[in-house]
Amino acid sequence: MSPLAVNPPAPASTDPSVLRNFCIIAHIDHGKSTLADRMLQATGVVTPRQMKAQYLDRMDIERERGITIKSQAVRMPWNVDGTDYALNMIDTPGHVDFTYEVSRSLAACEATLLLVDAAQGIEAQTLANLYLALENDLTIIPVLNKIDLPAAQPDKYADELANLIGVEPDEVLRVSGKTGVGVEALLDKIVRDVPSPQGVKDAPSRAMIFDSVYDTYRGVVTYVRVVDGTLKPRERIRMMSTGAAHEMLEIGVISPEPIPSEGLSVGEVGYLITGVKDVRQSRVGDTVTSHTKPAEESLGGYEDPKPMVFSGLFPVEGSDYPVLRDALEKLQLNDAALVYEPETSTALGFGFRCGFLGLLHLEITRDRLEREFNLDLISTAPSVSYNVTLEDNSETEVTNPSEFPEGRINEIREPMVSATVLVPSEFIGAVMELCQSKRGEMKGMDYLSEDRVELRYRLPLAEIVFDFFDLLKSKTRGYASLDWKADGEQAADLVKVDILLQGEQVDAFSAITHKDKAYSYGVVMTGKLKNLIPRQQYEVPIQAAIGSRIIARENIRAIRKDVLSKCYGGDISRKRKLLEKQKEGKKRMKMVGRVEVPQEAFVAALSSDEESGKDKKK
Amino acid sequence: MPAQPEGDPAPADGSLPSSAVARANQRTLSLYVHVPFCAVRCGYCDFNTYTMSQLGPDVSRDDYHHDAAAEVRFGRSVLDAAGASPRPLHSVFFGGGTPTLLPAENLAAVLQQARESFGLAPDAEITVEANPDSVTDRTFEILAQAGVNRVSFGMQSAVPHVLKVLERTHTPANVPLAVAGARKAGLSVSVDLIYGTPGESVRDWRRSVETALDLESDHISAYSLIIEDGTKLAAQIRRGEVPEVDPDDQAEKYILADALLREAGFDWYEVSNWSRAAQGRSAAQNRSAHNIAYWRNQDWWGIGPGAHSHMDGVRWWNIKHPLPYTNKIREGLSPAVGRESLNQDTQYLEHVMLGIRIREGLETRSLRPEGRTAVAGLILDGWVDGPAAVGGHVILTDQGRLMADAVTRRLLDW
Repeated sequence: MSPLAVNPPAPASTDPSVLRNFCIIAHIDHGKSTLADRMLQATGVVTPRQMKAQYLDRMDIERERGITIKSQAVRMPWNVDGTDYALNMIDTPGHVDFTYEVSRSLAACEATLLLVDAAQGIEAQTLANLYLALENDLTIIPVLNKIDLPAAQPDKYADELANLIGVEPDEVLRVSGKTGVGVEALLDKIVRDVPSPQGVKDAPSRAMIFDSVYDTYRGVVTYVRVVDGTLKPRERIRMMSTGAAHEMLEIGVISPEPIPSEGLSVGEVGYLITGVKDVRQSRVGDTVTSHTKPAEESLGGYEDPKPMVFSGLFPVEGSDYPVLRDALEKLQLNDAALVYEPETSTALGFGFRCGFLGLLHLEITRDRLEREFNLDLISTAPSVSYNVTLEDNSETEVTNPSEFPEGRINEIREPMVSATVLVPSEFIGAVMELCQSKRGEMKGMDYLSEDRVELRYRLPLAEIVFDFFDLLKSKTRGYASLDWKADGEQAADLVKVDILLQGEQVDAFSAITHKDKAYSYGVVMTGKLKNLIPRQQYEVPIQAAIGSRIIARENIRAIRKDVLSKCYGGDISRKRKLLEKQKEGKKRMKMVGRVEVPQEAFVAALSSDEESGKDKKK
Repeated sequence: MPAQPEGDPAPADGSLPSSAVARANQRTLSLYVHVPFCAVRCGYCDFNTYTMSQLGPDVSRDDYHHDAAAEVRFGRSVLDAAGASPRPLHSVFFGGGTPTLLPAENLAAVLQQARESFGLAPDAEITVEANPDSVTDRTFEILAQAGVNRVSFGMQSAVPHVLKVLERTHTPANVPLAVAGARKAGLSVSVDLIYGTPGESVRDWRRSVETALDLESDHISAYSLIIEDGTKLAAQIRRGEVPEVDPDDQAEKYILADALLREAGFDWYEVSNWSRAAQGRSAAQNRSAHNIAYWRNQDWWGIGPGAHSHMDGVRWWNIKHPLPYTNKIREGLSPAVGRESLNQDTQYLEHVMLGIRIREGLETRSLRPEGRTAVAGLILDGWVDGPAAVGGHVILTDQGRLMADAVTRRLLDW
């Protein structure tokens, strides 16, 4: 019989010695949410009847993609050897785009479960997060999940994990989130191995924000870990990065629904609500303190979110622009990392230049805009931020190819990343070839086990934001995993390639590329457009150019026949309807000079799928 | 077969609003008689026509002329009831299907009914479409005697492998014999050609045009092959068994045909139609009056299953299958299943769409302001004749004829 807590410790009056704060590090599909569900059930926080699969992932997109975008914290009671404990499980985002948020979640814990699929072994992102956890001095509890799978190789991966973190293979726990096997033993181990939080009870209060979420009814809900002192309901609090003061309307713990409490004290994890409406006023990493008796120093570690990838978002229907504007405003309430500013494109009309943490962040944002706000969007090719030094030594930052300076340029520096690829050794050659073709510089290679290798490269960010991950997956039959982090910048020989339709530059298709790749970009883009743009009433040259130099050219021949020869025995209505259909077709066109370009052409030309699809055909 | 247009329901008694006949005395009235039967269906054809096996046991080709004649009488009564002033028929056209699959006497009987119900104008054009394989000299004698004065042969091509792709069954050698028979009976002759069939070379096409010219007809129609959804040919193209139709190839063949026809003394009078002076008649007189009635948006009553009719802005169409058609007719009900009353914008659209196709073109003053504005650009593009436009008429140039639909859209400012 499972040791359910008899007398669960109450928030605000819990001795830190019975608190256990932990998170879970796992790769996307290694079963973190399922295991979390099991723990909620085992501790009686959720009855089986209430159980909703993957309880912690609230949004549809998260559920569909099987990934957790926003972390939350759940308080679970558990009894070991007659003592009632309070376990705080902090759910961490699993994707590389959200490294900073992960690091803050880790900072709120004393330990982490290192959860690995017993059929797949550790992946690069997990490894990266493991490094982060070790840097935060967290206790690591290695756990193999999905041991019920027929393909599971628990012995093999227990060895790998043990090797990696320096423990004995038999210390690696084996569980199944699906069947529940090993979950209670895991809870016991958490109580035994995770250190209790340390903090000064009588000091001015300090709590670290590790997440903040916008809720339509409550405004911003801020998740905090109290380090020193106590936060109490109805006191005024202060955000230490900005000095802004807020009235605390509610404070409590999640178990699994929000439960207001008499406060939160040393080591406790919970939420607070102040009535602010914008997550940017309650930023991840910031320190919350008492307004009347403030702490002198913040907890440190706060960073402004820094967008890495930029893309223009344009409504397919120009009249949807206000809808898009409102939608971005709403999303920003819940996403401090999303930045945007209005942008006008001659080809695509009015839209927004948006900055994202990474490609996944971009995709999730676009998905949400389309789904939750019923928008049809065209997104321009993702770009990065370039530092351009002009001849007069003035510097300018370029995040949009259309802002690329015309004059003489001394130097262009592009953002770099250091990337880690984990791959079965048979694919080393393929990965090296790919990284080389993406202008990567090899930094090192280590064997994790006999047949698994870690490759480290320094690459331009611009090379990995487009289709690197897809290519990596296809060249390694899906076995490779990737992690990357920003790694300074580097001068490079970059040029801007423009695409011209009948002599008119189409800003949406301009791109900043390495000089050696400008030609292939030009050839690919002009070729794509030739296939996507229907023949017109006149010949349409499609050119790719660097400045005034044409590097690639295609021609759409003029249409020669546009007449239906017969009128079907007096069925004039039919002929008229055919003509009216052509009119409807034209409504879906955007005019570039005199050229009618179907909106689908923009979407298709700007999507990388199209390109890889074509490559496959060749 | 194409889906029928979506329209409003047609009244069971076929009654027309008085507006549809208010200007009857200023408009010509034609009669189209659809004969919805074929021996076999050609692979490219999506017309409303049925082979024996598709007709079912309760319909007989042998009785069809009675039903067609009944609809002629029905038409007269509907027009009378609406208050139309009586008008003799400007033209009559027997089309199909294959009209000559019916005995010539049966066609004559329908024409006789038309004469009795409406009367024929003194110079009325009476045309019968003919398949060269289903006619004899006797056929033409009977038709001529009944008052038919023009026959239109579906020759399509002179090249066996092209006819095979089209699944036309006639023997090319029968065409000159049939034409001679029609001539002997004193009938004016038109020949229909199709260009752009998959597999047809430019040389093939030249041979077809030259063969048609050797027949010394007075009138030639040349239609580009249109691949219609639901036809056998469309399926063959989709499966890759037959190459796709190439619009550039069709453009080249149109230009070639126009040049050859012009050399032989033919003038174009509509995008797909040419005529020449012959048999003591001028080129203008040898134009198809019935065709022109369509392009000029005149009135016509369409007899038979699936036939379309038009009375001054009201269009309607009959039920497609011969069986329910026959049942309706025999109950004294209108066989129409849909109708539309065109609003002003739609009438204007049709005026531009149809009028631009004929040699006289559109009167500049009949255009709305945006249409008049568009003319200058069309002259610059070489699609509209400049001097004619200055003189008040928007007329397609040779090059412009191939772009008639594009010109229409620009005149409509679409």
